[in-house]
Amino acid sequence: MSTRERTLWIVVGILIVVYALFPVAWIVSLSFKSSADISNAQFLPTEFSSENYAVILTGDASSLFLPALVNSFGICLIATAISCLLSMFCAYAIARIDFPGKRVILSTALAVAIFPTISIVTPLFNLWRQIGLYDTWPGLIIPYLSLTLPISIWTLSAFFREIPWEMEQAAQVDGATPWQAFRKVIVPLAAPGVFTTAIIAFFLAWNDFIYGISLTSTEAARPVPAALGLFSGASQFESPNGPIAAAAVIVTIPVVILVLIFQRRIVAGLTNGAVKG
Amino acid sequence: MASIEMSHIVKEYGDGYPAVNDVSLDIADGEFMILVGPSGCGKSTLLRMIVGLEDITSGDMVIAGNRVNDKAPRDRNLSMVFQNYALYPHLSVYENIAFPLRLAKVPDDEVRRRVEEAADILELREHLQRKPANLSGGQRQRVAMGRAIVRSADAFLFDEPLSNLDAKLRGQMRTEISRLQRRLGITTVYVTHDQTEAMTLGDRVCVLRKGVVQQVASPRELYEQPVNLFVAGFIGSPPMNFLPASVQGTALRTPFGDIELGEERAQKLGGHDLLLVGIRPEYFEDASLVDEAKKPHGATFTAQVDVTEWLGDAQYAYIPYDAPPEVAEQLKELSRELDSDQLRTQAVVSIDSTSRIREGREAEFWVDTRKLHVFDPKTGENLTRDAEAGRRLTEMAEEDRVDQVERARV
Amino acid sequence: MSQTITRTEGATPETPVPPKGLSDRARSERRLGWLLAGPAFGLMVLITGYPIVQAVFDSLWDYRLTDPSSSSFVFLGNYAVILSDPIWWTAFAVTVGITIVTVAVELVLGFALALVMIKALRAIRPVLRAAILIPYAIITVVSAFAWQFAFSLDSGFVNTWFSWIPGVTADTDWFDGTLSPLFVVCLAEIWKTTPFISLLLLAGLAQVPEVLQEAAKVDGASWWQRMSRVTIPNMKAAIMVALLFRTLDAFRVFDSIFVMTAGANNTESLAFLAYRQTISRVEIGLGSAVSVLLALSVLLICLLFVKGFRVDLSQARGE
Repeated sequence: MSTRERTLWIVVGILIVVYALFPVAWIVSLSFKSSADISNAQFLPTEFSSENYAVILTGDASSLFLPALVNSFGICLIATAISCLLSMFCAYAIARIDFPGKRVILSTALAVAIFPTISIVTPLFNLWRQIGLYDTWPGLIIPYLSLTLPISIWTLSAFFREIPWEMEQAAQVDGATPWQAFRKVIVPLAAPGVFTTAIIAFFLAWNDFIYGISLTSTEAARPVPAALGLFSGASQFESPNGPIAAAAVIVTIPVVILVLIFQRRIVAGLTNGAVKG
Repeated sequence: MASIEMSHIVKEYGDGYPAVNDVSLDIADGEFMILVGPSGCGKSTLLRMIVGLEDITSGDMVIAGNRVNDKAPRDRNLSMVFQNYALYPHLSVYENIAFPLRLAKVPDDEVRRRVEEAADILELREHLQRKPANLSGGQRQRVAMGRAIVRSADAFLFDEPLSNLDAKLRGQMRTEISRLQRRLGITTVYVTHDQTEAMTLGDRVCVLRKGVVQQVASPRELYEQPVNLFVAGFIGSPPMNFLPASVQGTALRTPFGDIELGEERAQKLGGHDLLLVGIRPEYFEDASLVDEAKKPHGATFTAQVDVTEWLGDAQYAYIPYDAPPEVAEQLKELSRELDSDQLRTQAVVSIDSTSRIREGREAEFWVDTRKLHVFDPKTGENLTRDAEAGRRLTEMAEEDRVDQVERARV
Repeated sequence: MSQTITRTEGATPETPVPPKGLSDRARSERRLGWLLAGPAFGLMVLITGYPIVQAVFDSLWDYRLTDPSSSSFVFLGNYAVILSDPIWWTAFAVTVGITIVTVAVELVLGFALALVMIKALRAIRPVLRAAILIPYAIITVVSAFAWQFAFSLDSGFVNTWFSWIPGVTADTDWFDGTLSPLFVVCLAEIWKTTPFISLLLLAGLAQVPEVLQEAAKVDGASWWQRMSRVTIPNMKAAIMVALLFRTLDAFRVFDSIFVMTAGANNTESLAFLAYRQTISRVEIGLGSAVSVLLALSVLLICLLFVKGFRVDLSQARGE
């Protein structure tokens, strides 16, 4: 590989990294601009200020932001956990057991995944108000399952299909009980797939916006994206952009870290789930 | 139509490992050259350097008089048949064969003419509209060849094209390829690890080992006058037997007794204490079945027969012998190199199928001592090689070839 | 030499007919299968099925949440109202426009990105992979905000940086009007989802055997000829699946529009229209009808791809 080619690749690499990080860098920079500085029409702040972080973490906006964080974490974790559990059994059946309806299940998962969220929201909005699930955690967890279940079933089925199940039988021939075989052979093989699916499902739930703004009205259950989206509607601040940027940064950091650590797994999961191989 | 001249070709990988180590080879226009050797010997790498899919570290690759080292494959005007055929799955047989012509923007009726001509030669006419996935192995192979012959390339390159076919089909396709090459008269370079293909197809065969050329000669010369241990052991099936021997006066002492060599040959062996004598299985015979007139040209000995295999047209007997440990080690090393398994020190002899030699018994054998070769175990060199005889064999083969090409072209 | 074969009396017993239906084991396996997969399947169907049935039902009534007692059955009246309303058609046009623009750009850009990733030096691949996943990991709302702030009059820098382009000055209000805010929306969507498409395409690209490229090189193909005649035809399945998923996603665009324009100035998408009707204006009947129409459109697109372009979903199903 000639040096010219090598430099070309490095340049291309840098361009791609810039492409990916540019808006992120922008938001970070914005979050460090004081409210007077916001309109400086420049990329970087003239002077770094942590004013915005103070506002959302300890100041006026914290009563909106901090509960939203708690809501998001709680609701998304629970929804992810439930769908992982259910989809584990489902994917196991699809990968190992020959029963009619396998294709139906996978096709249904696809159909639910592409279904417009707003179409599900409108009736739920009415119903939740009537039965008292409006603005509650369960009121969000249940619809979130329609986001997380399909992708979990799909991705996990693809993962489980790759597991060499004969190893379980080989272990039994070698003297293991069925439970031991399952625990010592299958579980370690399946664990990465479950883990990756959980991450992908969590992202999907974390990213939700429509359910969040439609099915909540207070900070009792409002998740972060909805809280962010409705900040701009609030007339409490001079310019909401600064605090919004700070909130966005705080919300983005854990996600970026997760991505960086598990990137290989996530790529494997995404391409397995959508396209074989 | 072109000749290929390779001079001091070297291919070195990043870690310094030379896959091809100073190979110089000249292929005449219209010649069928085989590159043969065990896996890892560099034959495929060399082929890929000819076509341009691998860079040449140093040396000159000259095709039709032009140095092509820096030319991309598409500029070298060569055709290649890949091991897995590399047929385009999304195109029909017709379009697969027409592919190179379409790239060159050849007009449609010209394309049709040439594709149909190729299809006729290869008997693919009825399959033109089918897709590769629906074809058998042999048919796919012919499509790959069709794609190669439809351009007027300067040379054909084959990369182990028959290794994915079953044995019977391999035999059939071998003769097809041979016939095709004769008819078209195009320079061909053919890579294989199968020495049967090498022997039956090539005008000349180049034996490679670990990136170094061992010998380039006609199949006959390789068979009868191998230049070293490796070539002798590689060519011929079942392989040549190597027995430890030492010189005693003018005779060779072997585990099966003394073999009289004569003044001339014994002299060539002077100065070596331990030697390896190579005798092909077919130079042995059941002593009771040997013609009286032939008997004086060899020696007889008795030996214990371990196992016999009767195959209908031939019979093999396995005769164990004792060998000193250093020799046993070396023979094991040699068989490992030749990609064969040798678990015991035993000689394989081919005897007439009517022979009544029985397992577990002693029997009397005769060996044609004119045909044996003696090798220096340390260098592998063939000490009794008749270079002149060998050269004559290759010359005769060349004359044959030129003659055949003339007749085919007429 | 002929032989007569004599049949011994009653020697050939009838070959036993296999019992009709399934063996016990097969039946219990089936039961197990449905037992394990049932909960997930059932929950999915319930959570999606009930709302859509309810939405269809609601759409047949003239139902305003603020005045429930005066709701009346209008059958397809809501649909008539919507389909004859220019607001619907504007939203439809906006949605279709965004879909076409973003999907087209993302396909080309994503393909280029996939090519880079497959050929990149081993050393920089992890960097590229991480970079690619960041837009995917960012919340859509955050991304929308980032792009909005960049283009906004009071906090943005785009006007400063790009004032050399004719038409862009320090006072250009990108969010005034229809086309320019939609332009920003498209940029945000493209930025965020191109990496995902490139991953899908990368998977397809990796499945084209290397040896086909070599054969094409030997046959005389230039880079472009190899791409168009060998690589892309063999990637058709992957490209179509990627196209399908992205089109369906793009058609449901909501978050960016909400954040950047709140639907002002005819920049509503269909999903946003449904939201506004149902949640903001609590016109349950009309809103439900819009939702149903949106769902039908999405299904139609899906059908178009599967039947019309014969997209092979069995690959995606992993068969």
